[in-house]
This record gives sequence, C-alpha cells and structure tokens, in this order.
Amino acid sequence: MAKPAKITSSSPVLETRRPDVEADGLARFAGVGSFLDDRVGLAKIARFGLRKVFPDHWSFLLGEIVLYSFIVLLITGVFLTIWFRPSMMELEYEGTYQLMRGLPMSEAYASTLAISFDVRGGLLVRQIHHWAAILFIAAMTAHMLRVFFTGAFRKPRELNWLVGVGLLSLSLIAGFSGYSLPDDLLSGTGLRFVDGLIRSIPIVGTWLEFFIFNGEFPGDALIARLYMVHILLVPGILLALIGAHLTMLVYHKHTQFPGPGRTESNVVGYPLFPVYMAKAGGFFFVVFGVLILMGATMQINPVWAYGPYNPAQVTAGSQPDWYMGWVEGAIRIMPNWESHILGTTWSWNVFLPGVGLMGLLFTALGVYPFVEAWITGDKSEHHLLDRPRNAPTRTALGVAGMTCYGMFWLAGGNDILATQFHLSLNAITYFMRVAVFVAPVIAFIVTKRICLALQRSDRERLLHGSESGIIERSPEGRYSEAHVPISHGEAWTLSQHKQYSPVEATPGVDANGVPLPGGGVSRRRALWSRRFFRHDIPKPTRAEIEEAHSHDSHADDDVKALEH
Amino acid sequence: MRFLSSRRRSRAAKPLLLAFALFVTGALYAGFAPATQVSADAGTSALVAEGKALFQVSCSSCHGLNGEGTTQGPSLVGVGAAAVDFQVATGRMPMAHPGAQAPRKQNTFTEHEIAAMAAFVAALGPGPAIPEPPVYAPGNLDERAIARGGELFRTNCSACHNFEGGGGALPNGKYAPSLRGVEPIHIYEAMRTGPQQMPVFSAGAIPDAEAAAIIAYLEELHAQPSPGFTLGGLGPVSEGFFGWIIGVGGLCLIATWIASRGARAR
Amino acid sequence: MSHDMVRAAHHDAAFPVDPDLPVDNPGIEEHVPRYTDVEVAAGNRAYRRVLALLALVPVLAIVNVVCYFAIPRNVGFNVLGTNFNAHALALGLTGGLAVLLIGIALVSWGRDIMVDEEIAEERHPAASSPEERAAALVKVKAGIHESQASRRKLILGALGGGVGVLALPAIVLLADMGPHPTAATRRETIERTIWAEGVRLVNDVTAKPLKASDLEIGQLVNAQPENLFYLHGTDYLVEKSKSSLIIVRMDPASIKIPASRQDWQVDGILAYSKICTHVGCPISLWEQQTHHLLCPCHQSTFDLANSGVVVFGPAARALPQLPITTDADGYLVARGDFTVPVGPSYFERDSSKDFKEGDQ
Repeated sequence: MAKPAKITSSSPVLETRRPDVEADGLARFAGVGSFLDDRVGLAKIARFGLRKVFPDHWSFLLGEIVLYSFIVLLITGVFLTIWFRPSMMELEYEGTYQLMRGLPMSEAYASTLAISFDVRGGLLVRQIHHWAAILFIAAMTAHMLRVFFTGAFRKPRELNWLVGVGLLSLSLIAGFSGYSLPDDLLSGTGLRFVDGLIRSIPIVGTWLEFFIFNGEFPGDALIARLYMVHILLVPGILLALIGAHLTMLVYHKHTQFPGPGRTESNVVGYPLFPVYMAKAGGFFFVVFGVLILMGATMQINPVWAYGPYNPAQVTAGSQPDWYMGWVEGAIRIMPNWESHILGTTWSWNVFLPGVGLMGLLFTALGVYPFVEAWITGDKSEHHLLDRPRNAPTRTALGVAGMTCYGMFWLAGGNDILATQFHLSLNAITYFMRVAVFVAPVIAFIVTKRICLALQRSDRERLLHGSESGIIERSPEGRYSEAHVPISHGEAWTLSQHKQYSPVEATPGVDANGVPLPGGGVSRRRALWSRRFFRHDIPKPTRAEIEEAHSHDSHADDDVKALEH
Repeated sequence: MRFLSSRRRSRAAKPLLLAFALFVTGALYAGFAPATQVSADAGTSALVAEGKALFQVSCSSCHGLNGEGTTQGPSLVGVGAAAVDFQVATGRMPMAHPGAQAPRKQNTFTEHEIAAMAAFVAALGPGPAIPEPPVYAPGNLDERAIARGGELFRTNCSACHNFEGGGGALPNGKYAPSLRGVEPIHIYEAMRTGPQQMPVFSAGAIPDAEAAAIIAYLEELHAQPSPGFTLGGLGPVSEGFFGWIIGVGGLCLIATWIASRGARAR
Repeated sequence: MSHDMVRAAHHDAAFPVDPDLPVDNPGIEEHVPRYTDVEVAAGNRAYRRVLALLALVPVLAIVNVVCYFAIPRNVGFNVLGTNFNAHALALGLTGGLAVLLIGIALVSWGRDIMVDEEIAEERHPAASSPEERAAALVKVKAGIHESQASRRKLILGALGGGVGVLALPAIVLLADMGPHPTAATRRETIERTIWAEGVRLVNDVTAKPLKASDLEIGQLVNAQPENLFYLHGTDYLVEKSKSSLIIVRMDPASIKIPASRQDWQVDGILAYSKICTHVGCPISLWEQQTHHLLCPCHQSTFDLANSGVVVFGPAARALPQLPITTDADGYLVARGDFTVPVGPSYFERDSSKDFKEGDQ
C-alpha cells in the first residue's frame, strides 16, 4: 500500500539527501564557469534551470520530434543553399544526368540536378531535408492533437496554443515554398495551382496574381521570391515563435498526466540535468539518425524523373505534399460553382475550398480554447491533463474534426485510391462530397459513446475492482466472477478529475435591474454548456465506494486466499 | 551503353557492362523471335485460314464471325495486325468478362496463334502492321535523342501514365496501366493503334524515331539507380503515407522506449 | 486492503485530504530500484552496452568517409529488388546509423545508469499576487504621470496616428512588385495568346507542322503555335502556358458541333486549349471512345465531342476551342485567337457568356 511519499518540494532538498554528491562533481565554480558567472550570472541560471523537472510520457516527446526535425531542416537547408541557385533563367542542361542532356530548363532545376548528381552526398541531404519537412509538420500535427485531446491548451496555456497555431500555419508556408523551389514538373504544377488559387480571390485576385508572379504566370521572379520566403522570412519567424513557445513552456512548467502524487500545484518527473538532458539530447540524435536512414533508404521527390517544369506538361498523380493534401481534396470534390455579379466573376469553386477552408481551420483552432472556456465556465488553472474520456464532448469534437480532415485528405488522393484499390474516380468524388459532412457526425456520436462507455467502466473499476477471471461457485450453486480491488494509485488516477456541472442561465442584472459585476449567463450559453456536459457519467462518491467495497469484501478475501 | 560510356573507368563498370550485355542479348532475342515468325508467315492464306478458325472460337462472340463487331465489341475492320498482337499478347483479349476496361493478364496463346489471328484481322482491312525491332528499338539513339524522348513522354504520355510510367486513374473506374515491364513492341503498338480509351499517336504526329526515343527513355529511366525504395513511384501521396508510418510511427515507438521505466528489482 | 483504498495511509502536508474527491491522493509512488541499481553485474552490463554503442560510432564514421571517396557517383547497387544509388545508400546507412547509435547510447545512459528517482517541483500560479499587481500598478501610474501623457494627451494620438499612417508608404512601396493588371494590361496579357490567323499548328516538342491528312480518327496531338518557337526564356514559358493546344480527331458523325462552330473544325479535327479552366493545369488525358478529357490535377472532365463543356468536376467553364482550318498545303492553321481568355476565371471578366451546354 501507499508508503509515505518521498516528496521533495524543491531541488536543494534532493541534493542534501545525497552525501556522495560532493565527491562526484566540481568543488566550486571556477575557470569558464566563474568567467561566465561573473559576466552573465551563470550560477543563478544554473540554480534555476538545471534541476527543472520534466514529467515522463512518450506523447510529451512529440513536440521534441518537431523541434529536432526543425534543427535538422536548418542544418541540411544550409548545406543545400551552398549549391542551389534560385533563378528562373532558362538554360540548356549539360550536366551529369544523361536523360536531361540538351533540354531547356531553369537554373533552379539545373542546380537541383547538380545537387543530386554532381555533389557527393547532395542527393542524400536533399532527401533528408525533404523527409525532415514531412516529419516536421506531421509531428507538429500529432503534437497538436495530443495537446488538444488532453486539454493542455486550457488556462494558463491559451497563448502558447495560439503560438502553436501560428507555427502550424507558417510551417505550411515553409513546406509549400520549399516544395516549389526545385522548379520541377510537380512543383511547377503546384505553382500553377497557387496561381489559380490567388486569382480566385474576389476583387483583388488578379492584382495579387500580377504582384506575386511579377506579371503573368510563370513570370521570371517567383522562384527567387519564394527562396527569400523559404530560407529567410518564414524560418526567421518560425525561430522566433519557437523561442516564445519554449519560453512559455519553461515558465508554465510542463503539464502532467494525473497519477499518484501528481497535483495541480506540483510537477513530478526527472530533473533536466542530468536525466532529461541525456534523454532529450539522445532523442535529438535518434530523430536525426532516423531521418538520415529515411533519406538513405526511401526515395522522396525524384525531381529528375518529374522533369523540368513545362507549362504544357503534367503527370498523373499530381499532388502536393501531405500537409496540403486536404486543401487539394477540398478543391477536387468542390462542385463547380461560379457566380456572376455586375459583370464580375466569383470563383467559389476555387476560393471556398482553397482560401476559405484554410481560413476556417486556423480560425477554428485559434478560437477553440476560448470557446470551450466560455461554454464550460471554467476559469481555473490546469496543469493536470484530462484523460480524453473525461471530456467526451471535446474528444468527440476532436475526432470529428480529424475525420473531416481525413475525408478531405483522402479526397486529395482520390486518383491514387482509384488505381490502388480499383475504384471509380467519380464514385470516390461523389462519396467524399457527402462523407465530409456525414462522417464527422458519425465519428462524433461514436467517439462520445466510446468515451461514456469508458467512463462507465472506470466507475465500475472504482466500485468493484477489476475482473479476476476466476469463476466461483457459491454453496447455493450460483456462479459469479470474483473482482480484485484496484490499487490505491489507480483508484486515485481514475477519480481525481473534476466533475463539471453546466453553467446555469442567470440574468445579468439583480432584482432591481442593476447590472451585476460579473454579468449574467445567457440562455444560449447555458444551453451549449448543458449540451457539452450532457450524458457525463458521475464518478462514484466516497460513500458509494466504501459501501461497494464492504459489500464485495467477502469475495475479495476469498480471492486473496486463492492467490496465496 | 550511353550511360556507362562516360564512366567506363569506374570500378563497377565491368560487372555492369556484363549485366547490360546479357540484358541486350536477351532483349534482342525476345524481340526477334516472334517477329521473324510473323514476317515469314504473313500473308499466306493458310495462316489467314488458321487465324480465322481461332478467331471464330475465341473472339467472334463479341467481335462477330467476320470481325464486323457486335453490340458487345467493336468492329475490327482496319485495326491492323498490330492491334491484335498488342491485345492478345498482353493478355487483354479475349476478355474474361465484359467490363469498363480489359485488364492485362496472362496470355494463353502461342506466338504462332497470335500471328495467325493477326494475319486474319489484317486481311479484313488495312491497318498498322506488327513492327520489326529496328522500328521501335533501333539502338542508335544518342543521349540527346533519348532526353528528347523524355520530353515527348512528359508531353504526350505522363498525363495518364504518370511521370515514370506508373499508371494513373481515368474516369469511372478506368485506368491507364503501368508501363513498367511492358515490352517495347507493345508500347509501340499501343501508340499506333490506340487500344481502348488510349488515343492514337500515329506516325504523322510522332514519327518512328520519336516513338523509339520515348520507349528508350522509359527503359533508361527504369534502369536508373534510385536513392532508396521508390515507394511505388506514386509521388507525394505515398511519401506522406510513409512519412507518417515510418517517421512519426517509428519515432513514437522509440519515444515509448525512452519514457518507459526499465526493469525493476521487484 | 480494500476498505482503506479511498484513504491515504499517511496524511502528507503536500496532499491534503479533499473531501469532495472520492479517493485521497496516495502520494508519489515509492521508488523501486532497477536491476541495474541493485545488481552489480547488470549495472556493468548496461555500462558496457553504452560503451559498445559509442565505440561503434567512430568505426561507422570512418567507413562513411571511406565510402564517400571510394564509391563512384550514380552507380547502382541491386539489393532487395531495388536498384539503389550506391553512394547515397552507403553514406546514409553509415552516417544515419552512427548518429542513431549516439542517440541510443545517450538515452540508455539516462534510462539505465543515471539515478532515476522521480522528484517533484512546486508550481506557482502564472498570475501575480494582488500585492504584486498593486505594486506594478504604482509603477505604471508613476510612469504615466512622469511621461505627462495623461495631461498632454495629444502626444499619444499624434504618435499613433503618425506611425499608423507610415503603413501607407510601406504598402505603396510594394506597388512595383509586378505590372498592374488594368483593363489595357489584361488585354495584352491574360486575355490574349499568340494564336492569330494563319499561324500553323505544330507538334509540341518537335515543332513539326501538322497536316490534316496525318491525323487518324481517335488521334490526339499536343500542339503549339508555330510562332511560339521564335520566343525564348520567360516569354516562351508565359506564352506556352496560354497557347498550348490539344488537337483531337473524332468521327464527325459521332460528335455534336453547334452551328456557330461548324467552320471551326476540319473533318472532325478539333483544337482545344490545353489549359484547364479550373486552376490552369495542362490537360491531355483524353479518352478516345467517350471523347472525355480529364484533368489529372482535380479531375474536371470536359466533353470534347460537345464543344468542351464540363461534364464532371470542379471546373465551371467549358474549355475554349480554337477555330482552325487548313492552308493551301493542307497544314492545319488557326483562324484567329481564342474567342475567350484561356485558363482560370478571374474577377474582372464576366464569364457567364462563355459557351455552355445547349448554345448554338
């Protein structure tokens, strides 16, 4: 059973417990340490930071994958800039790759071929860079989903969530601009699509198109401009935002999953120095190593097979990288709506799925923490994570959103699905037109039901323990399964969460019509709040658990006797 | 050979040269064997009669007893011997069952039987003949001609067959088949005859030398070493799929190991 | 055992009993040492494992450098059914493995050898205490007072206005990013191609002129205007992205040609813009039996046997058709430019008058 907890409220306590510490390390701050302490106060920083506690959970490492792939992107990106020439000047290829000899192409594409075939290791680094970009945004998405489903975006971390949303949107720009730089057939087709997308923006579309492309598509300026965006503008902002993201992380301290000894006012885990440094530092090398191995064994973006961009050529399976796939899918399944007002054309068929949907996603992500807080009326700070089942409506909303995104995503690969699974392209498109609306609703209902079922099972475990698998026959001949009580630690984990009740509608004024200081709660808000918490299974009370246990105790004793 | 000429001093040159020589020998043999038979026998009335008998057994239920066509299948008057060679030798005809598209399958006819049916269909009306190897594989193309073949491939073919001939989707369940492992003669015949939904690319627009360059480009492209598994050659969709599975999935497994607690003493 | 599950055995000041919660916080689990902590042999094994992993790194690094110089560029290496690029594979496998081993060694060190007792750290609310807020407010007020901004209010307004208005020159400074698409510019750019009366239709890539008699029924030709090949560089690309054509020949008896377009074709040879009216992908995925043309980018489908009207997908406008005829030598030539701009719709032009299903 629970032993007296060894709790160290701050690190110095821990140090005094270890008599051998003195013998291991440094006798005093001297040399470089003293030099730096005299100038920047290193000792103060070290005292504050070295023993900072990080809780251990695999899903907390998703964000680290993002950070490390960003570092890999910077390292490999610098290598690539040594040879890449962001120029749209047309030249005739005379390089190593024979299957392109004598063809006209842009300098950008020719230099990409040179990196691939003339620079030793260039091909490998190009592939590592591209895989790192895929991983960067994929891990970022996974990290965001983890934060969403565990409620880590709640107060006081809403601002950090917003910074994260900004990082996600910028990383899409970073990825897409990089995808476009080699000026191969696929990236040129992508730019052609962007040209159409910009053109579809009402009122200013044509002007933006002419400004961005320096005239008509493809123009002579775009690659150089995208290069600036890809290697300076966006990475610069990304770096600044990542700095802000991590600073806030350190300031708030990491969230933790509920468990024995975990409270809203502590953080339990390993100290930064040395355990976390070894694990996190080691994980950097792991991520880098995995990316190198991916670059070595998995071909990505074979630009030499796509050929140089040529506005009269296209390839079957023209797709963007995965993170733009859902926009591509929306564009593919959109009905061909176009309207004409006062001699102008409004291209809804491109504008709504392209520009509109992206705006919708990022707006929804940005406002969600505030909307949820408004609905729940929850103003307290949260450092313990929600178990997703304990917030069924949020979890169901998240899964519904993922399902909707996933449907758009599948639609973006409808031609590949058609050929790989022998389906009709048109049937997939018609199906997806319905599925993007219906599938999220089904996913919402199913997820919510699953969450509630899990809540019920938690309640059962708390009251009656876990099923032992031992069938007993009573003297009267009745059969029953014995239950084993769960540990105190598990019981705590299953029951520590706060049980919310919906906010009640209250008038904003008192009986005399004087406005109340906090304002009232509108009926609509109360309605949403009721909907949000509807069906939640109440966790058992202290009395219920004690009663259930005294009822079960006889059977429990038998089980224990059997075990011994 | 072109690929090797510039690096003939490299260490791998000798084994590669040997492999290439074997490949060329094999390819030439495969190319010549059926062609000689066709040219030797073509036009003889005995062959036509034999072809007619075979045709009436295997093809006439859809194409009519004399290839005039029925509601089940198109007329074969004027499609030429090349169309028969392509459709039958790649196993597309006879179809196993009516459908949107005849899939490629195992061919059950001998070369002689195909030649006989081709002779019969060719006798119905003038059409493209089965080509001789020098037509589709002249072997004298320089690297610039092949690079130009690539340009022609990307202009005329890749929209349906994808950038490396991996195939692609057409409306309503139809598809452009993969060109990997397809015999050069069949690529040539398909261009000239326009099987099923494929348009015709006749010599008037793409002369034989250019058709041969396209075929040579595809062969060279498929012989190129690739930096890693090609992941199906499907482009960004499969790349994203593997990025998630191997990248995110694999690293999550490692993360689980990092965050797990090691074996305890009790 | 079961009866006291809800209550902590020892009440700790760090975990006060909360009567609202059904179960008391049991406190942090007791630390259980690892095998590597209690068994010397196991500890030594873990130590040796880390050392072995790290010892492999220099070996791999040297192999990597040797491979860099020893393996010739762009040579294939056939294994597992794939023809690998030997240089990239060797470099990546040795380098990647070396980096991965460092990572695994570091993690193993942290996981198996370093002291793994969990510790707890107190959190402090992000918000400041009321006293701190009050103290801060005093300083803010002092600052505002000393700046005289509360008395001389216009300074702030003037400053804000001035800085705000500076956005105007900053934005105007971008006005030369590209030419301005005024009506006159549009007429010279996106509303025009280099097709003109008498311009020959030539094969794309080879620039070979096309004779009507060379085209068979069911044939597709990707074509360009002959004068495109006089252009170079950016001009060539800009014009090519508007003037690209697909020419198809269909049986005139099996297609629908509206009265107004009877003289736009030559015996069933029709020429359409290759640029999709959706977002501008070049389309040439033509089914010769259904006469449908599919865009591989977003699957808009056009019926070339019916003046290029949309039959499926997100495109809203029919594919523009180029009026063609033959010259004295039998070569295909254009009868003029397209009658509507090619490519995606844009705001300034009302495309509602474009050809639609049922127009004559």
